[in-house]
Amino acid sequence: MFKLFQPNKIFQITSKAPKYILFLFVIVLSIGLTEALILSPEDYKQSDAVRIMYVHVPAAWISLGIFSSITFLSISGFIFKNKNFFLISKSLAPSGFVFNIIALVTGSIWGKPTWGTWWAWDARITSMLILALFYAMYLIVWRIYESEEKVFKITTFITIIGIVNVPITKYSVDWWNTLHQPASINILSKSSIHSSMLFPLLIMTAAFALFSLLIFLMKYNTELIKIKNKGLDRI
Amino acid sequence: MINELFFMNGYGTYVLSAFSFTFLSFSALYLITRVQFIKEQNKFVAKFGSLNSEKAKSAKSQRINKEILANATNN
Repeated sequence: MFKLFQPNKIFQITSKAPKYILFLFVIVLSIGLTEALILSPEDYKQSDAVRIMYVHVPAAWISLGIFSSITFLSISGFIFKNKNFFLISKSLAPSGFVFNIIALVTGSIWGKPTWGTWWAWDARITSMLILALFYAMYLIVWRIYESEEKVFKITTFITIIGIVNVPITKYSVDWWNTLHQPASINILSKSSIHSSMLFPLLIMTAAFALFSLLIFLMKYNTELIKIKNKGLDRI
Repeated sequence: MINELFFMNGYGTYVLSAFSFTFLSFSALYLITRVQFIKEQNKFVAKFGSLNSEKAKSAKSQRINKEILANATNN
């Protein structure tokens, strides 16, 4: 089954997909921005400051999702001795890291008008900062080590340790008393957010997901060409 | 109307700076990734061009190499 995902076979798709994804991203983002900045209502308590949610929440969701995917792929790559899994993980990491930084910065901007402070060593915020450190370590290891075997081992180790932080981040607002509000959206039970705010939030999440897919494909293609460049040296 | 849109009941500075930071981060990430991609693609084309005809023929037998060259000429 893994042969279906061999780089040589899928490059034909991955090399052409970015332009279509970019087009779709621009359309979805335009709808999302119109909804988030103009059409969605203000909050009865937070007023217009609530609009920061439309960039903060999708960024946090996607950075957590990407880190979980990286962990799953790294462990799978290690078990099945499949280099392509590591290549996919490496290509996902930059967008995950940037989304994590966006979540931290926009959260800080949101904190000032709602909590009266830019930063608090609160469980949710601190665990997101720790996640950013794991992303940074993961990316640095790919840069500093030459040996592929060593990189595969160390990055898998980092992701296994780092994944422990993901459920802590998710449930920190339930486990501890935090400044951060509890989750408003639940997959298994009724969400406490009104549909007039949920819709723009989902549209913005779709736009962010498309952007991370776009960056992933561009990065993945770059990595494949890098490998082919090394291959040409050996001919 | 425009003033209201930017003022946002006094929260405009916070909201717009959060959106601007996101937009700038997206632009920077996209540009850096695009530049890296083009750099590798150009390196590939240059290396391919320096191969002799026999080696070039052998390299071109791989579908992925043909795809990279085709994409490079399209971009």
